[in-house]
Amino acid sequence: MKVKLHGTRGAYPTSTLNNQTYGGNTPCIEIINGEERIIVDAGTGILGIDFDTFYKSDRIDILLTHLHMDHIQGLAFCKPLFNPNKEIHIWGPGGSPESLQSRLNRFLSPPLFPIPLRDIPCNLIIEELPNTSFTLGNFLITSEFISHPGPTVGFRIQCGSKSVTYMPDHEPVIGKAHLFPENDWVSGFRLAYQSDLLIHDSQYSKKEYINKVGWGHSSLDIAAEFCSRTEAKHLVLFHHDPAHSDEERTQMFENFMRKSNYNFPIELAVQGHEIEV
Amino acid sequence: MSAYEIEIILSRQLADSLTVPVFIVNPEGTLIFYNEPAEEILGKKFENTGPMPVDDWGTSFFPQDEDGRDLAPEELPLVQTIKNKVPAHKSFWIKSLNGKYTKISVTSIPIIGRSKKFSGAMAIFWDNDFIG
Repeated sequence: MKVKLHGTRGAYPTSTLNNQTYGGNTPCIEIINGEERIIVDAGTGILGIDFDTFYKSDRIDILLTHLHMDHIQGLAFCKPLFNPNKEIHIWGPGGSPESLQSRLNRFLSPPLFPIPLRDIPCNLIIEELPNTSFTLGNFLITSEFISHPGPTVGFRIQCGSKSVTYMPDHEPVIGKAHLFPENDWVSGFRLAYQSDLLIHDSQYSKKEYINKVGWGHSSLDIAAEFCSRTEAKHLVLFHHDPAHSDEERTQMFENFMRKSNYNFPIELAVQGHEIEV
Repeated sequence: MSAYEIEIILSRQLADSLTVPVFIVNPEGTLIFYNEPAEEILGKKFENTGPMPVDDWGTSFFPQDEDGRDLAPEELPLVQTIKNKVPAHKSFWIKSLNGKYTKISVTSIPIIGRSKKFSGAMAIFWDNDFIG
């Protein structure tokens, strides 16, 4: 299984010269197993996917962790949505009095977008996710609600004996320096437990987090503590703050690594990188 | 490997930041968390006891009605909420660790998250003297 990072930036896309190293597109990753592919999140990163080359099949599956704009803003310009021969399945969090279709339609309709969802030419199938597990080809997908404002799920995607857990927006503990001591009380614990790869929110430094409590994001320190606690084997720090230049982000990471002593690989997510799991 | 639902975890986060006693139970009535103000009522620390079955916690603060009759666990709002999955409220007397009886009011609510599953209940104790 391979994971391709198409968008790693949180909040809003950036295109300055100072944000080219880690990338400026908002969250989107692709999970690849041979010819099988699924897309997770539809930030502007989705626009970098080569659909003509790699999506010959009529069906495309897109999983959404939540509907904050940085995770769906690429959807409106995603080429296959405008192909009547394509069947697009969008899987996203339920748990709201308003249907997923209706919530998506708030963005994909005038005046924010010229075409209402009902007029999108592809065969669009919208599926609401509770805490559940389901299969797509050889992928076993588990979704579970996690701590972030509004209905938000994390995903564990398993293929054979390998697993990837994706939690791009996650504040596993709110306003505390450390996770609760008992594993039962850690948001997302089951999803990430012993994953081969954990892609996790790490928007802030420890110092910055103090002024961002409850915003739904993690510091690098909490992300690493979460990875250690869940015994995940490899941590990719994701959802870079667009306010940070590459130099600041690198410095923040190096400072963190100097002070920490974890026994698993930790790296900053880089747009365009492929990670073999 | 087990873990609580997110709505239970967030309930603990809320309880952890309040100055009033808060108790959280699972659907079986087992006390799975109580905050520091609640530790003063129970005379026990959560980190020492861990989860407590209803028969243990339901009698540990000696709840009594206006006539001094001991209340059975099933008469307590939290136990009623677990049974009926609806909010409950009651005023009664409890005996504090120094032996003094205090009149309190208890409000309990069911915890039902986005998955629409009944995950447990939370009770908040209000000291009536403090309210008055």
